Amino acid sequence: MTSVTHDESDYVPPAEVEEPELYHPKTFVGKYIWSQDAKVIAVQYAITAIGVGLVALVLSGIMRLQLGFPHTFSFINPSNYLQFVTMHGMIMVIYLLTALFLGGFGNYLIPLMVGARDMVFPYVNMVSYWVYLFAVLLLMASFFVPGGPTGSGWTLYPPQAILSGTPGANWGIILMLISLAFFIIGFTMGGLNYVVTVLQARTRGMTLMRLPLTVWGIFMATILALLAFPALFVSAIMMTLDQALGTSFFMPALVSRGEHLAYNGGSPILFQHLFWFFGHPEVYIVALPAFGIVSDLISVHARKNIFGYRMMVWAILAIGGLSFIVWAHHMYVSGMNPYFGFFFATTTLIIAIPTALKVYNWVLTLWRGNIHLTVPMLFAIGFVFTFINGGLTGLFLGNVPVDIPLSGTMFVVAHFHMVMAVSPVLVVFGAIYHWYPKITGRMLNDTLGKFHFWVTFLGTYAIYYPMHYLGFLGVPRRYYAMGTTVFIPESAQTLNEAITIAALIVGAIQVVFIYNLIWSYFNGKPAGGNPWRATTLEWQTPDTPPKHGNFGKELPVVYRWAYDYSVPGAAEDFIPQNQPPGRKAKGLEKTVDAGDLGAQKLDATGTPKPVGG
Amino acid sequence: MTTSLLVLAAIMAVVVGWLLRQTLNVKPWVSQRPVVTVDGDGAFQLPTVKVGLWVFLAVATSLFALLISAYHMRMMEADWTRLSLPKVLWLNTAVLILSSLAMHWTLAAARRGQTDGVRTGLIAAGVFAFSFLAGQLWAWQQLNASGYFVAANPANAFFYLLTALHGLHLLGGLWVWGRTTVKVLRGAEVAKVRLSVELCTLYWHYLLLVWLVLFAVLLQTHT
Repeated sequence: MTSVTHDESDYVPPAEVEEPELYHPKTFVGKYIWSQDAKVIAVQYAITAIGVGLVALVLSGIMRLQLGFPHTFSFINPSNYLQFVTMHGMIMVIYLLTALFLGGFGNYLIPLMVGARDMVFPYVNMVSYWVYLFAVLLLMASFFVPGGPTGSGWTLYPPQAILSGTPGANWGIILMLISLAFFIIGFTMGGLNYVVTVLQARTRGMTLMRLPLTVWGIFMATILALLAFPALFVSAIMMTLDQALGTSFFMPALVSRGEHLAYNGGSPILFQHLFWFFGHPEVYIVALPAFGIVSDLISVHARKNIFGYRMMVWAILAIGGLSFIVWAHHMYVSGMNPYFGFFFATTTLIIAIPTALKVYNWVLTLWRGNIHLTVPMLFAIGFVFTFINGGLTGLFLGNVPVDIPLSGTMFVVAHFHMVMAVSPVLVVFGAIYHWYPKITGRMLNDTLGKFHFWVTFLGTYAIYYPMHYLGFLGVPRRYYAMGTTVFIPESAQTLNEAITIAALIVGAIQVVFIYNLIWSYFNGKPAGGNPWRATTLEWQTPDTPPKHGNFGKELPVVYRWAYDYSVPGAAEDFIPQNQPPGRKAKGLEKTVDAGDLGAQKLDATGTPKPVGG
Repeated sequence: MTTSLLVLAAIMAVVVGWLLRQTLNVKPWVSQRPVVTVDGDGAFQLPTVKVGLWVFLAVATSLFALLISAYHMRMMEADWTRLSLPKVLWLNTAVLILSSLAMHWTLAAARRGQTDGVRTGLIAAGVFAFSFLAGQLWAWQQLNASGYFVAANPANAFFYLLTALHGLHLLGGLWVWGRTTVKVLRGAEVAKVRLSVELCTLYWHYLLLVWLVLFAVLLQTHT
């Protein structure tokens, strides 16, 4: 692309002037229930995901009660403890985080940020949500079937997942597998929308390199998910067949409770390969949107352009590519050729390079920025801290000799909760505090928000920091009770009690957040169109909350990147993306005289031709 | 997993190659050029639905590549027995090729604006596609009759799984085909269904390709 000089007279006609063809619902049900508006679908996704996430939060509280105070609660027994572990893990990773980042934030932000009226396939988008809801209901149904939900651990490893000794080996596991298959079908429908909307529906002037990093993160994460979820789909179907029809894809010949089972020759390791071929990219499916969102939060609230925008984009692409060749680092303990282990350890450590680059860029964006410690900013900075801590322990665990002794301990639990649970959840909170004013037109309460942040941030450290030490002591994960283990000192139990108390406090305090969401919806301070004085297009809509169609009569035209904050010489400390060079954004509405059009004319394909040049 | 990684590498190469042809090394903070094209900068000059179909084909490719990987890995286990494939599969393959050819012919007719040709071609393609599915069910029936139901041995289980997933994809295509055919029979103009015919043709050729690869993989391990 050649650079074109521009001056006051640069003018570009708006991308669309005629009345857009959108589906116009007439009834309440059509508008809010069977809605094809991406913004409504986003809220549906978000409410469902947060609702099911609260179930998983309660489950984790019950698990902590058992770990902190064993032999106290009669309603927790070894088998439902395992069921709670399994459901907690699966819900949090797939049904909360994946659905919320892609279905929730993806749906809300992609069309608004790229300057589109809606997703490109609104009907498919609507079906995507309903399939997702069906998957969630199937999963919840497993609490009420004979035998309860599956207790095989969220990784669902065969053969134990479908053997009679495991809780939920009949109904529970089948419901889980079918629910996952439906989730993937629903996600694929949504995912096609997110990718194609970014590719095809960007407004005039919105080149790829002018996209906000939020869109880049969600875009790449969706590509990863579209290509990785088929692995989970395949393994779910194959395991369903093993369970229901007695095939032997994964099930080896084995004797269960003195009885020879009909299975023969299947390979449990095959399942692990398929599962982790999905499972590792899944980490980045959750992390990349978080990376993107946090980049935007930091830039907006530090009033400074993002440091190294191009590096950030390249790093997202590099992480996406690398995430497909590290999966076997989850399988060191399954036994593998040492050269394999060496290969996967190396790729795992290499992925730290683009990731560290992003961390440096966040910190350098903050450097000498005009930092506003708003609630979204607090969560964003909290994320950077937590992600560094969780990421560093990942470097330890990426090495085969370190991973093997630690793999079965609480160290791993601490590691992945820091890096994959707390970090993205902090971003989710930050993003909700940031975009809630656009979604509802009202600000969230600041005092409650700060209280929520500090308790959550410090509380999660009180939970997961000591857990690393438990891991070093050899406290095993997944165990219902430690029993009489000689090498674990008594103090480990005291630490477990402390962790449980912290976990219950952090869990309970989320009520404040939910209360804030509901209270502010009715009583919050009116936000206006652009309360954070941000540059991206979602803040430039004529209405707040944006109406169906997003941008009123004319789509915006984009003249600049998303990070023009504190530009020297500019009238204000931010310049919206749709503001033409040398004039106010509002100038678009003015009538244009012939001289304005003279500088640049569009030929038949719309390519600008400098006149007289 | 080699197959999957190779396929994935190919898909990623396409993605990255396309991105590099875009503006990935532009410094967005320097350039304030407002417009590149009318239809969004760097968007494909293709109908949006077609881009959507291409993305879906990438997803389906990932699915079938993973199945083939799983097949090869499962073959390495000691209990693997070779499967004798029913002869009818050869006939089915021929029928699917005919279906694809008919679809291609329909597309040519649509491009020339011939309503009759489009109608005949669509019906022929659909009849061949349904015949293919019926033939696949017949193959299942034959295997079952000779005592090889899905759980009899792993090669069999894979045969049922691969053919079922391929068949389901074809059924999805037939749903779009059905909507298009109904429109044509009700007398819609060719121009209005041309895009649907293009999409169906692309999808038919893709599914033919997938079937040929799957059939080759199955034949390679056949007794």
